[in-house]
Amino acid sequence: MVGLEHYLAVGAALFVIGIFGLFLNRKNIIILLMSIELMLLAVNINLVAFSSFLGDLVGQVFTLFVLTVAAAEAAIGLAILVSFFRNRGTIDVEDVNVMKG
Amino acid sequence: MSVADFTFYLFALTTVVGGFFTVMARHPVHSVLWLITAFVGATGLFVLLGAEFVAMLLMIVYVGAVAVLFLFVVMMLDVDFAALKAEIAKSLPLALLIGVILLLELATIFGTWQFADGAQAARGAVTPALSEAHNTLALGRILYTDYILLFQLAGLILLVAMIGAIVLTLRHRPNIKRQNVIAQMHRDPAKAMEVIDVKPGQGL
Repeated sequence: MVGLEHYLAVGAALFVIGIFGLFLNRKNIIILLMSIELMLLAVNINLVAFSSFLGDLVGQVFTLFVLTVAAAEAAIGLAILVSFFRNRGTIDVEDVNVMKG
Repeated sequence: MSVADFTFYLFALTTVVGGFFTVMARHPVHSVLWLITAFVGATGLFVLLGAEFVAMLLMIVYVGAVAVLFLFVVMMLDVDFAALKAEIAKSLPLALLIGVILLLELATIFGTWQFADGAQAARGAVTPALSEAHNTLALGRILYTDYILLFQLAGLILLVAMIGAIVLTLRHRPNIKRQNVIAQMHRDPAKAMEVIDVKPGQGL
């Protein structure tokens, strides 16, 4: 029988993979953004799992808001990425130490 | 193993494997495709949990919008990914170390936690029985009443994100002929055309 802890295990595995990806691809900001999306997805899985097993809908409402913020974050992040690439010709984030206008 | 259990393991495996290859794939396009796989797996998990509305939202927002946005950006930018990938071996030990530490931390609390005594009583919005209201209806009933302020703020966040993305990426290149809407609207048809009665044999 699949219980709450099975879902929490999936969420934990996905979150760890997200963190792992953040440290593994430190130069490629596209993969960094995707890792952040994975971590938010893991959080969402946890929220929905608790919401379902506890019988409380608030978890799902919160998931909606996490989803909204994740979408906004991806849009802004990619916009910054595009304008950064236009100026510098690379997406190596280790170059982003020069913030002079 | 029952069908429900089998479906759970199928979707769970899809999600985790998709996530893993998102991080490890050699080319970012493959990463995006694996990310879509992970999202589809998570959608299946949400359906299994009875959260159909969030599941469909995940499908529409993540697979339909966010992943496609990533795909656009990856294909639009002409990036030398091989150079970025060359450094990966250097950061692998640290990444593995942090991943293992975090996994161990999560594993220590895995079997030992339990719900608090007041957890059932402290529920904010009890899920109604399925015969009373389905998931979308129940969610809408609390989203548009108890959480209306947060709902509006979420809309505001999206508006700010939209304006921000447009401002960041919009640029006017100087040497390109552009449409001048004001000039177009103030164009007077009476002055735009002139009828000239040309006499035969004279010309203008």
